[in-house]
Amino acid sequence: MTAEIGHFALILAFLVALVQGTLPLVGAQRENSAWMALANPAAGAQLLFIAIAFGSLMTAFVTSDFSVVNVAENSNSAMPMLYKVSSTWGNHEGSLILWVLILALFGFMVALFGGNLPPALKARVLAIQAWIAVGFLAFSLFTSNPFLRLDPPPIDGRDLNPLLQDPGLAFHPPFLYLGYVGFSMAFSFAIAALIEGRVDAAWARWVRPWTLAAWSFLTLGVAMGSWWAYYELGWGGFWFWDPVENASFMPWLIGTALLHSAIVSEKRDTLKSWTILLAILAFSLSLLGTFLVRSGVLTSVHAFATDPARGVYILAFLVIVVGGSLTLYAIRAPSLKPGGLFAPVSREGGLVLNNVLLTTACATVFLGTMYPLFLDALDGSKVSVGAPYFNATFGPIMIPVVAVTAIGPMMPWKRADLAGVMGRLKLALGVALVVMAAAWYAVGGTAPWAPIGIGLAAWLFVGALIEFAERLMLFRTSASDSWARARHLPRSAYGMTIAHMGVAMVLAGVVGSQAWQRELITLMDPGETVTVAGYDFTFQGVRDLPGPNYSAQRGEFVVRRDGHTIAFLFPEKRFYPVQQMPTTEAAIHTTWVSDLYVVIDEQQDSGAWSVRIYHNPLVPWIWIGCIVMAIGGGVSLSDRRLRVGAPRRGKRAGAAGASPQAA
Amino acid sequence: MALKRKHRRMVFIVVGMLCLGGGIGFVLSAFEENMVYFYSPTDLVEKDLPNNRRFRLGGLVEEGSINHLSDGLSVEFVVTDLSASVPVVYRGPLPDLFREGQGVVTEGILTAGGVFEADTVLAKHDENYMPPEVAEALKKSGQWQGQEASQQ
Repeated sequence: MTAEIGHFALILAFLVALVQGTLPLVGAQRENSAWMALANPAAGAQLLFIAIAFGSLMTAFVTSDFSVVNVAENSNSAMPMLYKVSSTWGNHEGSLILWVLILALFGFMVALFGGNLPPALKARVLAIQAWIAVGFLAFSLFTSNPFLRLDPPPIDGRDLNPLLQDPGLAFHPPFLYLGYVGFSMAFSFAIAALIEGRVDAAWARWVRPWTLAAWSFLTLGVAMGSWWAYYELGWGGFWFWDPVENASFMPWLIGTALLHSAIVSEKRDTLKSWTILLAILAFSLSLLGTFLVRSGVLTSVHAFATDPARGVYILAFLVIVVGGSLTLYAIRAPSLKPGGLFAPVSREGGLVLNNVLLTTACATVFLGTMYPLFLDALDGSKVSVGAPYFNATFGPIMIPVVAVTAIGPMMPWKRADLAGVMGRLKLALGVALVVMAAAWYAVGGTAPWAPIGIGLAAWLFVGALIEFAERLMLFRTSASDSWARARHLPRSAYGMTIAHMGVAMVLAGVVGSQAWQRELITLMDPGETVTVAGYDFTFQGVRDLPGPNYSAQRGEFVVRRDGHTIAFLFPEKRFYPVQQMPTTEAAIHTTWVSDLYVVIDEQQDSGAWSVRIYHNPLVPWIWIGCIVMAIGGGVSLSDRRLRVGAPRRGKRAGAAGASPQAA
Repeated sequence: MALKRKHRRMVFIVVGMLCLGGGIGFVLSAFEENMVYFYSPTDLVEKDLPNNRRFRLGGLVEEGSINHLSDGLSVEFVVTDLSASVPVVYRGPLPDLFREGQGVVTEGILTAGGVFEADTVLAKHDENYMPPEVAEALKKSGQWQGQEASQQ
């Protein structure tokens, strides 16, 4: 019964979305407040029905109801409970339901907290949200119904793809989708503003929190995917510039630009049409990401079996959404009134530069990712664009981005004195040069860009701290005065400093892993010891170990440094009998400065094992930096001025009252 | 700094153009070197391909052709599209789903002796997944037997 309830609820949600997409829109046009008000209960009903559908699907997975095709193909009764739950969205059909669930959740939050939005704007935003839901629900109902039955039901399911049976990937899709779908809010607000032909600072104040929330979740989602690739694929790398990875990275780049241009729109009432364009692009790229991953048109190391018919549907949806919104933009954007003036060297100027560079960076990634598709469509030749292309294009563009990130926040609005700002950043420049020299000494000039990268990371990190210290007037006034300033500093200022420090950490991690990774591939007999980067790895043999739904061969390594035991590492080779599939589980010991990373591959006839050992300096900072960035986003989100429900309440409500809010 | 509105706009346009131009410059120079073509074994036999140029070779791993070399880290196998075959040597970690009879994409250079020296063997995450190029290569050689849309 549960599957039928879920299916029925999904159909109801589709019908509700149709109503929510049309009546409030017409009502807003005709200024009929009763029709506009319909959007609120409709958003609630839509969330309810989709939640029922999602709940029934999850119930089917948790109870291992193999009479449902989707469960039979993606689950197994022997699977641990965590993966039974996560396999709800670990497949194409279920992931779509998760997508619309998050979409409905966001829509409902607008209905709930948007009490002080102008009614017409609110009705239009909810109607556009509903149209996105219509697109996805139709996709789900007509091409990828997760509730189809199977008769007779099999005795057991075909198991979730073993590579997905992993805690990192269990939570990767929800976070990624919270990010993707979060940008739909910025998109809906942008389209509603275009229909109304009016964008003001208040509009930007409503858009920013949604963008911040989406960006923070997307940061975590991308980081989780990358973390998973790092330890589950066992290649010692964390980013391969694979199309599927790029698909999630492009919305992040544009989303970052949007986050910054929305600040200018809010504070200075300018760059408005640009902000709207970025909002459209961010969501379009989120859709493109879904399309690339779900259609299988590109060769990807992360691709899963796919159905071309679905690809055609998403492509059509993409064309309608992107084409339609850009057409609307072309018609309406010129009528938006330009706002305040500013000099090229100013806070605004810095943010514009940030935007131009991030957009350019995204364009190069887009070109490299899509070019094989274009060429295939043109003359049928098959090409691939590999990591060297992305390193050669994306890397150099990031250098000025990071350099400007330290300078921009120091500049006042409207007009700034660049020489003065550089003077205040003397300390950062000094530290950066020292770090650069030290790094140069350490690598001996083999990778000339590595010292530059590490130096830039130091520049940004120290620069962010200097900016923060200046706000507190640290060491220039009494400690108690600084403390008072710290307490009254808006949360968004804290958020910015934290997020920028996170960027510096990620940069350091990326450079460290690229420049100083040590790799040893060798054969080892039990009892043998090898030395990598000063660490002695002693191989103690391999033992068989049963798992809940797999059998594992577990290697045992002791790591010593100067005779002291540092860690025991247990890399595994697992075999999942249901899918007849082996997986590699890397063993990682992190010292927080570097990772020791061990993988066992195969046993030779001689009894020796082929083993790979990596020393990955600074890599842990990539994940720490991403978490720090997301924390920065969250802190900024808790700023009173950005609270959705209260954009303009009393001037200084006590800090105790400002509880962090999820969106 | 009393720039007129028009002049200020010019500054932004010039900066924007410089960024875009720089980006395009990077893209063009990087494209030329880093575009890797895909060929099937039949392509290699029919076309005269230049040596020392990186490309991707894809097809099926021929049954019974996998041979682990004595150093324990290198492996030899044959990539076939069932009408032509190319021997491949590869040193490094093999993806978990590398098996005889399965689709594979390798990247490397063709040596004078006609052996393909791969430095990358592409993994896949799903047993049913066939890289689209391999599927097409097999269709071209008339040996395609798989179903059009493999279901998950």
